[in-house]
Amino acid sequence: LAGFGNLMHDVLWCFSQVKGTIDIGVTEADIISTVEFNHTGELLATGDKGGRVVIFQREQESKNQPHRRGEYNVYSTFQSHEPEFDYLKSLEIEEKINKIRWLPQQNAAYFLLSTNDKTVKLWKVSERDKRPEGYNLKDEDGRLRDPSMITMLRVPVLRPMDLMVEATPRRVFANAHTYHINSISVNSDYETYMSADDLRINLWNFEITNQSFNIVDIKPANMEELTEVITAAEFHPHHCNTFVYSSSKGTIRLCDMRTAALCDRHAKFFEEPEDPSNRSFFSEIISSISDVKFSHSGRYIMTRDYLTVKVWDLNMENRPIETYQVHDYLRSKLCSLYENDCIFDKFECVWNGSDSVIMTGSYNNFFRMFDRNTKRDVTLEASRENSKPRAILKPRKVCVGGKRRKDEISVDSLDFSKKILHTAWHPSENIIAVAATNNLYIFQDKVN
Amino acid sequence: MFVRGLKRKCFDGEEDIEGTLAGIKAIPSYNLQRQSLLDMSLVKLQLCHMLVEPNLCRSVLIANTVRQIQEEMTQDGTWQMINTQSTGQASLDRLVSTDILCRSSREQAEGKHVPGYSAFSKDFEGDQAQDSSETMSTGSSVQAPRNLQSDVWEMENPQENKGNFQKSLDQIFETLENKSPNSVEDLFSEVDNSYYDLDTMLTGMMSNTKMGHCDGLETFSSPTTTTSNSNCKSDLNELDHIVEILVES
Repeated sequence: LAGFGNLMHDVLWCFSQVKGTIDIGVTEADIISTVEFNHTGELLATGDKGGRVVIFQREQESKNQPHRRGEYNVYSTFQSHEPEFDYLKSLEIEEKINKIRWLPQQNAAYFLLSTNDKTVKLWKVSERDKRPEGYNLKDEDGRLRDPSMITMLRVPVLRPMDLMVEATPRRVFANAHTYHINSISVNSDYETYMSADDLRINLWNFEITNQSFNIVDIKPANMEELTEVITAAEFHPHHCNTFVYSSSKGTIRLCDMRTAALCDRHAKFFEEPEDPSNRSFFSEIISSISDVKFSHSGRYIMTRDYLTVKVWDLNMENRPIETYQVHDYLRSKLCSLYENDCIFDKFECVWNGSDSVIMTGSYNNFFRMFDRNTKRDVTLEASRENSKPRAILKPRKVCVGGKRRKDEISVDSLDFSKKILHTAWHPSENIIAVAATNNLYIFQDKVN
Repeated sequence: MFVRGLKRKCFDGEEDIEGTLAGIKAIPSYNLQRQSLLDMSLVKLQLCHMLVEPNLCRSVLIANTVRQIQEEMTQDGTWQMINTQSTGQASLDRLVSTDILCRSSREQAEGKHVPGYSAFSKDFEGDQAQDSSETMSTGSSVQAPRNLQSDVWEMENPQENKGNFQKSLDQIFETLENKSPNSVEDLFSEVDNSYYDLDTMLTGMMSNTKMGHCDGLETFSSPTTTTSNSNCKSDLNELDHIVEILVES
């Protein structure tokens, strides 16, 4: 990746754009629930609680404005999922989009998977900029012509029209999950993908919607014995037989689909021994892994639990090779965070394109970046106050007791309703997308 | 196991009530806070029967926390029946500061003081005396004398209480799996009536709002007033209800 300056002290992050309204009252449906760049970074998709998907496309860089490195503009908006009702259980099925995953582009159209709690859908997003004119059997309004009135034949021609982007659902993968889907992952063979819920993982072929293979099942025979659930799952980026899944007990299992049809026996088991001096009633809850991501290289996995981000080497199962504290000042507040349910917030984590920097969100609209090489870290904020074009983001600091300096914010002043759960990093450039409730912020590094 | 720097004091008779009350005036003891955490967790599990299916991960984590507390209380020998009378709505108002529980065992051994921040703790602030000895946790210190007496009785039947508690926990999991949100009433058969009615009312509201979805067919979750402990019985009620609908149509 030529010209890709990764080192933290070389990178100054600047505000680029923000999408969404500034209203004081946030409509629940507008809350962004997932963010994902496609494989080239040309497209950026968001899903929200209202079941809508919005895709932004990066505009071509213009020579007139070289400092504006390709802004993202709305490309397509569509309603992916609708609210449903499960009559048997008398419960609603939310339309909230839990995850979006792009397929690699193989022709002019774009394909993505979007899922709510129960149903995965494959959407095709394609452009139409021509339309046929000059039909014989129907006139321009589409009304059928009387065949007896036709005296001559003509060949329809394609004429240019205003660009129209249309999204069509090509496949609906339904009725395969009893529990809530938390992850989907496209396999490197581009023919299959997996969907994971709290207790099971299913393998699908893109072409077949009425069948899926169950590859992991941790449901106990007696539900009263249930003590652990699946929290996230992902395929290896290069080895199509390998995947990992994380659990609510802070463990990661790596499975090989070649060994057995049902991958209940893991090939590798990653768990860090507990520090007995740090044990409390909340130890298990904060060890629950909320996200797991393979590095682009496929050599490492990164996990996010409530207070830390950890990097694991696939060759070492007994402990992570790196641990980063995201907001350790919350350790003494776990009781009130348990009371207000914040302790159950599921933060995601992402790698940058070269796997040298990792990023994750926190509260008060803060998000954190950790440089794995220099071991430096920075806390930045997604807020309207720092929203002037190309304004450089100032590092933020939380003060933990003692005297609070001028620019610091004390732990008790943090706004726990402003949480950054979802972020995305462009696959090859220093462009990041940060979802702050109903707003999407896009930041870029400063162009020298 | 936690390392605790506080002395434990067994309750052994009426003459100790005053001393116990004096102890209550100090910062909430570890046992009291642990009891408060237990109450809070049980309320959370109960409240998760909403319109949408409850988040299974959250429920499992809370249930595991409850089990942990139960195990520790059993090991301590301080186990007692959950005081369900006070567990309902009231416990939300009377949650004590649970800072001590946030501390790691190391910090507790060092006796670090973390300032409390719940409304309740205002009554306890100030006296950090060493003999803020642990009293038998009651779950409701305002009614201390009465509860302490009943606690003595309960202490003598730890096995039975443990069985009752395990049954409650099992019921919680059955309801997580159970199709009907109605079985939430099975969770606490001795629950305070006013809270029970609130819950039934909520269930009733839920089923009313769902009428629109059901194209005229009545939902299965219309509220019943059974206080049956067994899911089997509530299933039978549902079955009767279904048959009613089918016969009428």
